[in-house]
Amino acid sequence: MQVLDDLWIRIAVWFRGLLESFLPPWAVQLTMDVLGILLLIVLGIVVVLAFTYMERKVIARVGDRIGPNRAGPFGIFQAIADAIKMLTKEDVTPTNADRWLFLAAPIVVIIPAVLLYAVLPLGRGMVGVDLNIAVVFVVAMGGIPILTMLMAGWASNNKYALLGAFRTVAQLISYEVPMVVALLTVVLLAGTMSTVGIVEAQASFPFALVTPVAFVVYMLAGLAELNRTPFDLLEADSEIVAGYFIEYSGMKFAMFFLAEYINLFMVAGMITTLFLAGWQWPILPSWLWFLIKVVLVIFLMMWIRATFPRFRIDQMLGFAWKALVPLSLINLFLVALVAKVLEPGWVRTGVLFVSNLALLAGAIAIMAQVARKREERARAAGEAAIKRYYGSEVR
Amino acid sequence: MFEDDAIPVEKIDRNIFLTTVDWIYNWGRQYSMWPAMFGLACCAIEMIGASTARYDIARFGMEFYRASPRHADLMIVAGTVTHKMAPQVKRIWDQMPEPKYCLAMGSCAISGGIFKSYAVLQGVDEIVPVDVYVPGCPPRPEALFDGIRKIHQMVRAQSIKTVRWYGKEKKEA
Repeated sequence: MQVLDDLWIRIAVWFRGLLESFLPPWAVQLTMDVLGILLLIVLGIVVVLAFTYMERKVIARVGDRIGPNRAGPFGIFQAIADAIKMLTKEDVTPTNADRWLFLAAPIVVIIPAVLLYAVLPLGRGMVGVDLNIAVVFVVAMGGIPILTMLMAGWASNNKYALLGAFRTVAQLISYEVPMVVALLTVVLLAGTMSTVGIVEAQASFPFALVTPVAFVVYMLAGLAELNRTPFDLLEADSEIVAGYFIEYSGMKFAMFFLAEYINLFMVAGMITTLFLAGWQWPILPSWLWFLIKVVLVIFLMMWIRATFPRFRIDQMLGFAWKALVPLSLINLFLVALVAKVLEPGWVRTGVLFVSNLALLAGAIAIMAQVARKREERARAAGEAAIKRYYGSEVR
Repeated sequence: MFEDDAIPVEKIDRNIFLTTVDWIYNWGRQYSMWPAMFGLACCAIEMIGASTARYDIARFGMEFYRASPRHADLMIVAGTVTHKMAPQVKRIWDQMPEPKYCLAMGSCAISGGIFKSYAVLQGVDEIVPVDVYVPGCPPRPEALFDGIRKIHQMVRAQSIKTVRWYGKEKKEA
């Protein structure tokens, strides 16, 4: 088991030894760094190939369909067929587009997505860089795609693209707030901002059990950050055709697609790291545990996508500012208070778990009450309008 | 259209490398043919039916009905093309990047069908080049799949050397 657990590290050490036998130290370091970066980029592309296929299959099975099964056995080469098609498709640049911005946007969108992989702990001792401000890094890099989406929307010189881009900016900036507060809750409990440190702080309890509220808030905000259903407002076909990448064809469109799935893996990885104890948990090798948890989280996201319709734009922004932000702030206050008063251990975890559940139940009750009131008000207004029109009660 | 029978043997020998490229190129395009999302009349309902659980167009990797013509490879003209609608159909076709294919679904798209009137275009092939015609009023999803497989056959028979979208002068695919 121990051999399997540090399999990749052993391979890395062996390879380093091999290089040291005929290269000077600086060249060894350079080669290892370049190889590490290449591996992370390759991981990103493999992730895209695997999860596009998984998504199509999962959504097909939820809809009682078969899903792709023609390209290769069980359709496993479906993503490769898509890649070949995308690569050979004609590349269209609209006449009135801002040419350089239009070209730059799909390139820029991929960079922060790949950079984020550097701080993701993929297993025990398997992390690109153990940054001591990794959480801040994640939030900062997560902000750059917003800029590229606005770039793409503006440069396309297409009104639907621009509308989609504005929607995205409104959505991402709104959901950044509860996301950061949920992150802050975790940082407060772990006492560190390093992702490795956060995973190690969850040796006894995963933070999903300690603060379920932060977990739920982060999950919802993560879905919104990924622009996935039910928050896929930016590419709502029925309203704005295809969102900010409407004018992109061929490989440029594929780059946005790529960035989307790389980010999907990243957000699922962050949820695993922050709330599900990352690579910890016994018996199986650490990197396998990490992979299993990430796939489960991604499966949950696909399940949500296959189940729920999308929000209206005002509902979505209202949900962020009126529900998630207050909820996460109250939770942060609660966690800060309990963490200050009680010593770490069973008692603190129990108190936090119970109080978090109570908070969640209270929040849901208040939201249901508000929804009921709103419905009553709408019905009363409708009845009043009918009365005005007909001059009496409707029989 | 299916010209591979007519190629002399020595020409094949010179093109062994290119045939492999052709195979990969055509295989990729064949299994990733995303239709443009628009329907014009009752045939569109059958087209929607083709993507439901009973028929499942996703088996061919075609469930991505793209709303933006820039991402689409196949235009399924499903229904009656009126003179009012014809400019928009033509515009969608012009906005699609090559390689692109057109499938005329149902009698109305083929020939105007029962609507022999001043308001209806007598066949969509008057404005766009149609690759495959699927007759029926409306055709069942099985018939649509038959048409789609005809398009797949057509794609498989194409060569990267002769397709119209790479050469400088106009060639016929």
